[in-house]
Amino acid sequence: MTTSRPTLLMMPALAWLIGLMVVPCGLVLALAFFQRGIYGGVDYTFTLENFAKVVDPLYAGIFLNSARIAGTATLIAVVIGYAAAYAIASCRRSLQPVLLFFAVLPFWSNYLIRTYAWIVLLNREGLVTQMLRWFGYTGEPPSMLYTEGAVIAGLVYNYLPFVILACYAPLSRLNPELAEASRDLGGSAFTTFRRIILPLTMPGIAAGAVFVFVLSIGNFVTPALLGGGRFQMIGNLVYDQFLTANDWPFGAALAAALIAIMMLLLLVQGYASDRASTRSAPVREDA
Amino acid sequence: MAERSAAARRSGTTVLVLVFAFLYVPIAVLVALSFNAGGLPTVWSGFSTKWYVSLASNRDILHAALNTLIVAVASTIIATLLGTLLAIGVETRRRKGTVLEALVFAPMIIPDIVLAVALLSFFSMLNVTMGLHTIVLAHVVFNLAFVCAVVRARLKSFDWSITEASADLGASGFTTFRRVTLPVILPAVVAGALLAFTLSVDEFIIAFFTAGAGRASTTLPMQIYSMIRFGITPEINALATLVMAVSVIALAISQRLNKGMVGQ
Repeated sequence: MTTSRPTLLMMPALAWLIGLMVVPCGLVLALAFFQRGIYGGVDYTFTLENFAKVVDPLYAGIFLNSARIAGTATLIAVVIGYAAAYAIASCRRSLQPVLLFFAVLPFWSNYLIRTYAWIVLLNREGLVTQMLRWFGYTGEPPSMLYTEGAVIAGLVYNYLPFVILACYAPLSRLNPELAEASRDLGGSAFTTFRRIILPLTMPGIAAGAVFVFVLSIGNFVTPALLGGGRFQMIGNLVYDQFLTANDWPFGAALAAALIAIMMLLLLVQGYASDRASTRSAPVREDA
Repeated sequence: MAERSAAARRSGTTVLVLVFAFLYVPIAVLVALSFNAGGLPTVWSGFSTKWYVSLASNRDILHAALNTLIVAVASTIIATLLGTLLAIGVETRRRKGTVLEALVFAPMIIPDIVLAVALLSFFSMLNVTMGLHTIVLAHVVFNLAFVCAVVRARLKSFDWSITEASADLGASGFTTFRRVTLPVILPAVVAGALLAFTLSVDEFIIAFFTAGAGRASTTLPMQIYSMIRFGITPEINALATLVMAVSVIALAISQRLNKGMVGQ
């Protein structure tokens, strides 16, 4: 049997990915179908009860809560990120790569440190309180840290660069003549934006939104540090099952749920991109 | 998009100023406070570098920094080798497979926590003693995917006919790679390696789950996490500034070598 050269070149990396990603992920998925042992550990008896537990009202509440926090963060990040990407795409061509580089730079620095920076800002004696004092505020320092708002701010801050990057790509490729044509035909600036620019840049928005939502809902660092452990995301729940509650099968079912959410959103995103690409050919315009 | 009104240009500038302030003020405050003379982590009381000096004598931090360096260097070397070969293999392959694309793309999008618990289950089921070596095994997974993506981007514009010319002139496969392919893709390989290095230096969640019990294989992000949980100190500000500086320098070099990579 002979193996072609490309296959031979790919072999070591593929073996690594299969051995240390595919097999472990399959294993964790399999764990979700077993019972938890009496003293922790895994009892190899088939059961679906871990998945039933995921939709149990107690945990479903945490799911909904983290979906709400992640959803809010996603919405804010998309609005700010799109506006920023639009502003960058409207600058001089020569300036755009520089602006983009500096918009994305924080994203490549340490996630923990970027989150920590918000503890420093929102702390009782942090910069925000000091600014308020400077403006003549004399009351008790406002409690901003360990709130849902702090968690959302942290998530938006951490993932905003990616949204800017994702939205910039379609915006920079946008043909300016399309917008001009719309205006020439009497479309207002808002109509042009809503009917031309927004649909054509939807793939970028969808990619950015899916990314922020998936990483937010599975996050455990930001809720732990900025929420003071009072706000649980699915990520925190998974963390607890594996490191404190010692219920690995249930943690595995939660991880499987995270993957399912991610897959579902990626499908939706794929659908949004397809729709946009069919729309970009101006075949039909209803109304 | 040209031909815009002065009002539109002004609002665009305002948006950019606000967004860049939002992105950079928290970091700037952190960096400024790392040079604070006072012991309070958030109240300014004069310039000093004493927190950097105190870092240099903190054994836990030095130990964690050494561990991080070992993990980052080892995983970068392995990932650069495997990722580059993978990129060449994928790009020279005639059939394009969806499964292959998904497999190569997956490590970049899979939530960290999922890979972390999967590897923890895997290693403990095989009774593997966890430590720095298991962190390296884990980091190579996502690092090789990023190296592969960067090298593939460069290979897209590579003219494969020159490798045929080299073969026609009698060069062996390895000589062609060393004398023709490698020199062309080298900037992308180095850029990918630098990216992998910073990703590994900064990675926390997967390292946290695959480091095993005890403090022996604590990495810098793990050390920072436990310090933050005890509260904010001027020392963390200084450490955070140093770690960010390393990432930014590595990235700036990577960006220069591979122009437009971050912007693609």
